[in-house]
Amino acid sequence: MIRAAFRFLRPIARDPRHYQIAILSALLAYGMLGLDFDIDSGSSAVILSTALLTQYLCTRAWHLSSFDPRSPLISGLSLCLLLRTDDIELALAAAVVAVASKFIFRVNGKHLFNPTNIAIVGLMALTGRVWVSPGQWGNVAFFAFLMACLGGLVVNRASRSDVTYAFIAFYMTLVFGRSLWLGEPLTIPTHRLQNGALLLFTFFMISDPRTTPNSRVGRILFAFLAACGAWYIQFRVFRTNGPLWSLAICSLAVPLIDWLLPARRYEWGQPKPEALLVEATKPQRIPFKEVHI
Amino acid sequence: MRRIASVVAVLIAAAAWNSPALVAFCGFYVAKADTKLFNKASQVVLVRQGDRTVLTMANDFKGDPKEFAVVIPVPTVLQKGQIHIGEKALLDHLDAYSAPRLVEYFDEDPCQQILYERAMPMPRASAVAGGMAERDTLAKSLGVKIEAQYTVGEYDILILSALQSTGLETWLRESGYRIPPGAADVLTSYIRQNLKFFVARVNLKEQAKLGFTMLRPIQVAYESPKFMLPIRLGMVNADGPQELFVYALSSKGRVETTNYRTVKLPTGMDVPVYVKSRFPDFYKAMFSRQAAKENLSAIFTEYAWDTSWCDPCAADPLSSAELRQLGVFWVADLGNGTRPGPRFPIPVPGAQGVFMTRLHVRYDAAHFPEDLVFQETADRTNFQGRYVLRHAWTGDSTCDAAVHYRAELTQRHEREAQNLAGLTGWNITDIRRTMNVDAPPAEPAAWWQKIWK
Repeated sequence: MIRAAFRFLRPIARDPRHYQIAILSALLAYGMLGLDFDIDSGSSAVILSTALLTQYLCTRAWHLSSFDPRSPLISGLSLCLLLRTDDIELALAAAVVAVASKFIFRVNGKHLFNPTNIAIVGLMALTGRVWVSPGQWGNVAFFAFLMACLGGLVVNRASRSDVTYAFIAFYMTLVFGRSLWLGEPLTIPTHRLQNGALLLFTFFMISDPRTTPNSRVGRILFAFLAACGAWYIQFRVFRTNGPLWSLAICSLAVPLIDWLLPARRYEWGQPKPEALLVEATKPQRIPFKEVHI
Repeated sequence: MRRIASVVAVLIAAAAWNSPALVAFCGFYVAKADTKLFNKASQVVLVRQGDRTVLTMANDFKGDPKEFAVVIPVPTVLQKGQIHIGEKALLDHLDAYSAPRLVEYFDEDPCQQILYERAMPMPRASAVAGGMAERDTLAKSLGVKIEAQYTVGEYDILILSALQSTGLETWLRESGYRIPPGAADVLTSYIRQNLKFFVARVNLKEQAKLGFTMLRPIQVAYESPKFMLPIRLGMVNADGPQELFVYALSSKGRVETTNYRTVKLPTGMDVPVYVKSRFPDFYKAMFSRQAAKENLSAIFTEYAWDTSWCDPCAADPLSSAELRQLGVFWVADLGNGTRPGPRFPIPVPGAQGVFMTRLHVRYDAAHFPEDLVFQETADRTNFQGRYVLRHAWTGDSTCDAAVHYRAELTQRHEREAQNLAGLTGWNITDIRRTMNVDAPPAEPAAWWQKIWK
């Protein structure tokens, strides 16, 4: 019986998206119940349903073999955690944009933008009626620690922890470096890095293995660019949500990085990614139906 | 090119014999004649549209005017026209308009029930809370440059730039301002960000000529992408936590902080009727408890509303002329002077295009290590701190509804007592005693509790 249970759980545990869904759900519950996030259960349900429905419709429109609810669930949960608006229509639009962007903005068989990221940045830029509240998490050290651990678990499962660690290292260097240059006490950069929204971005968004470069060097370069952009927007242009804007802009460079630094593409839930190699030097068009979205 | 920043307000003061003492803005601190600095509540109005900001700073300094001085970091060298002296009455009006409020309901005879309400404002926030040539030579030798100097209203104002904090600190000290120990460290980071320093002290002759006995708020207008409020200098010598009220006026919507949690004050609860006579105590106790629950690390939204109306109104909405005086430059002056706006016109949303957010923070260096950074959101949802008093009906009708009403009244009083205890942390027994109600009967003992007695 134990063996049967193990056999049942093993494929579930192999796919990091299951961990991600569980953790994002727990964070959303904590945010709504413990931190009074400006989102109610009704709006969350509508966002999640819209994301799933969009995924279903796109699956049909693009003639994919099967409907996979995991990716839209992750996008929907992330939107519930980050996106704030007074207009439910805009929240729905964000869910549609997030999921549809995976089907529309594609280069070499990969989607270009992290779905949640492009939905938030796009609607912030185009409508001005949505926002992200980076302060909503507070700076409780315990919570930061917890999120880091949980997030670390996810990225490790996703085998792309390098981009997360590289981003943290570069961003920390920049934030601490600026404070040291200004003569600020170290409590200031520490406080800035203890931000829950930054951790969420680092462990759950930039780590998206489907939108980061294929090679390790490429991913580290990507993390460097994203960290510099985030820092520049935050501390030189003085706009909030620097990491989100930076990621959207840097994502445009991923095809170039993949071209310069070719490597194998990541596939969810595949223990041996070698089986799905894509030679970037010889761009190979993968049949759409084989791609997990 | 460097895009530097914004405003900041910091207070430093100095008190030395025959020289300005100090004062405080932005939760800054107020100095008495001696070295001891006492914390007081500060009020700041932040008007923001695009990158344009108008900052009004008020303090309740009541000492000798010659002992007053402020130092405020500003992003650029301000021209004389960018500085203005406002009226304290405007802040008092903003305060009264946005203050948490009590709402009273009077129960009618249960046999013919009609409810009506009456609002009353909360306590006001303020209740809670040398020779020229020689000077220039000294400044030059210390790397301090006097960029401009003006007399505006009753204040003499200098705009300084500095190369290093020790030079600025020395210059200020030599010029008679007493800088608290540790201020130089904070000044360093502002200097390295190329900020200028706005230094103001009272010109006694001008003050006598103008006839003002109270120090009026200083207003500055500037353009900078930074939307923040410096609080660090004010904490250098702080004697415990400080209180700050920020009234943010935006054309877009609610304003919140991006580097600290912004939390809404609990609202809408029924509380015992006796709170009416102890409203200031209630408000202070409730705020203290809520701040403690947030680990003293959050900023509270006490009011968020379109300024063109209110419901219920703790005070009349501000007129367009008052808003313009506060620096709301995008509002046309309708020529209605100080005539208040209508109370209930449920107008076209955003008719005046001004959305007000009242933020209240109690801060200290341990929990607020960095300056407050704000963002405008598109949120135009109305919010107010509102507490409900329900006066019981005391008639002697004996209809069924009246009997039922009296039975429910006991439970209602208990709920009100629990609410008050939960909000303020006051002792529930004391609350019941003050309400003159008994504790609810204890649950009947379980059967097993009597076995071995």
